[in-house]
Amino acid sequence: MHSSGSAAPHAGLGLGLVFPARKDEITQAPTPRQRFLDAAFRKTCYAFAWLTVLLVAFIVIRILIAAVPAMRSLGAGFLTGRVWDANAGNYGILAEIWGTLYTSILALILGSLFGVAAAIFLSEGFLSSAVFGLLKKLDMHLNPIAKSLPDQVERLLKELIELLAAIPSVVYGLWGIFVVIPLIRPYCDWLHSKLGWVPFFSTDLSGPGVLPAVMVLSIMVLPTITAISRDALVAVPPKLRMAAYGLGATRWESIFAVILPTASRGIFGGIVLAFGRALGETMALAMLVGNSNQIKLSLFSPANTLAALLANNFPEAGPREVGILMYAALVLLAITLAVNIVGAFILQRASLLHAE
Amino acid sequence: MATIPMKENTGGVPNPFAGVDFGQLERSLRRPRTFMDFTLNFVTTLLTLLALVPLFSVVLMLLWRGGQRLGLAIFTSLPPAPLEQGGGFGNAIVGTLVIVGLATLFSVPFGLLTAIYLAQSRTKVAEGVRFCTKVLTGLPSILAGVFAYGVIVLVTGGFSALAGAVALSVLMLPTIILTAEDAIRMVPSRMKEAAIGMGATQTQTVWMVLLPTAMPGILTGVMLAVARAAGETAPLIFTALFSNYWLWEHGKANLMQPTASLAVLIYNFAGMPFKNQVELAWAAALVLVLMVLTANLIGQSLSSKQVQQ
Repeated sequence: MHSSGSAAPHAGLGLGLVFPARKDEITQAPTPRQRFLDAAFRKTCYAFAWLTVLLVAFIVIRILIAAVPAMRSLGAGFLTGRVWDANAGNYGILAEIWGTLYTSILALILGSLFGVAAAIFLSEGFLSSAVFGLLKKLDMHLNPIAKSLPDQVERLLKELIELLAAIPSVVYGLWGIFVVIPLIRPYCDWLHSKLGWVPFFSTDLSGPGVLPAVMVLSIMVLPTITAISRDALVAVPPKLRMAAYGLGATRWESIFAVILPTASRGIFGGIVLAFGRALGETMALAMLVGNSNQIKLSLFSPANTLAALLANNFPEAGPREVGILMYAALVLLAITLAVNIVGAFILQRASLLHAE
Repeated sequence: MATIPMKENTGGVPNPFAGVDFGQLERSLRRPRTFMDFTLNFVTTLLTLLALVPLFSVVLMLLWRGGQRLGLAIFTSLPPAPLEQGGGFGNAIVGTLVIVGLATLFSVPFGLLTAIYLAQSRTKVAEGVRFCTKVLTGLPSILAGVFAYGVIVLVTGGFSALAGAVALSVLMLPTIILTAEDAIRMVPSRMKEAAIGMGATQTQTVWMVLLPTAMPGILTGVMLAVARAAGETAPLIFTALFSNYWLWEHGKANLMQPTASLAVLIYNFAGMPFKNQVELAWAAALVLVLMVLTANLIGQSLSSKQVQQ
């Protein structure tokens, strides 16, 4: 304690103002203790940042090490085998790899169609201009309260689509079992009976199968595609849009010729990220895809995916099976990591393009 | 036919619109360009509305089928055995809250400290950390479960709430880091500069200026992560597993035993051939969705309080 820091107030500037002389209210150089705390806190933050990197490395290495014994004993034949028979000791995941890719790609096609359409609908002012037109007919477009209605309706729609992502996947699975499958089954069986020679319809839908899984999966990836595509579309410089309209292009001529090509990289990056999400999605598929190891083109036959295989077999796995499942987990990790890194890379390039 | 109303020939000024066919300028669906435009407008609107059908269908089914069983009994009683009537899932609600709470306890300090570092520095290390965080965002949730299985279940020798919480915290971490970093970066730089100008150390700046100002944004991220984690099933089915009993016995909670959760209950009961269990699955789904939506709504309402630069 310095004597100057004593609590005695003194007159300031001879004007009768009293300055409090309490030490903690005056700016001062940090005390040694504060310096030490500062250094310690900064080091802690730095350490935790590195821990995040280590965590990712640890996850990969932990799964890799656990998979090594199975990799030694089964080798590459694991990736090309089609049978999963624990009693006979036969293990292969080709059917699961096929099922994972097949359902994800189909879901991506369906999800992209709806997702990009919704993104265009949200970003190109479809709804707000329609609401504005309606207000104008009612002669309320200058009304101070109704004026903000077009923007509000558009925001509501955006939030509703984002809400699709908030519903847990197990709830989608439940909905798929009790709503989607009974709903589509008569149509699927009708298609099979009329067009059974088409490979896609070559079996009937006896319950769970590829099509209900794909439908639910596409609903789950749609919000990702819409959110990222909408960001990319909104980021298109207004100059370009104005120029297209100024040249006399219709709304869709400018969308196809100017806006979509400019935003294409961002949209593509969003679709790749959604692909990564679809590949790793577990519960909805475990509940809807049928868990049957077969490689078929038919949309109505049951199949299996890597994630569903893990979910179904881990709870009762013995020590040897755990190793084999870790091998399957490693394959899933490799596929999703590759897809995600490519997607993040494309999106980063896309945002750099806009920054230029 | 649209014609511009014009006065009769006034003083020999040539008509500037002579030779213009005004019919050509009218919007007509018979022209292919306009027809194409109209059709695509229609198709896009239809696709967008169709994309919302599942949302309404899910919500209606939850209210209809889940609402039937909603009552006090499901919150206070234990899951029924097959063919048993009645019952509830009180233990699963408690289990979900405990597992998610533990996961939040793990991931918030970890994520916040990392985010503070990321927001304060522009080094190569920060870039690498951010990249790893984005990789973690894309990690399939089941692999977080596989990781927790390898690290906790195999080491401690049993399924437990702790293992489930570790799996969920891995999934919550990237959301917390990325939103907290954004929130801290959003703090107006003049506030930070004022603090440094007053002679505050970096730590004082962080604790007294940046964190209080960014708090709404940080909490938004935490609530979104909580909402996501509460609905996760895949990482729990072989870490926390399931249990038909309460988490605590004789007044003591045991975190090292298999623990029930709403999500796993839905998964287990949805596949059962018993009407009672299926009804309970729907009721549990309704409760779970309400919990997730509440967390989401709290997060959204906090985000509107965020100070913008």
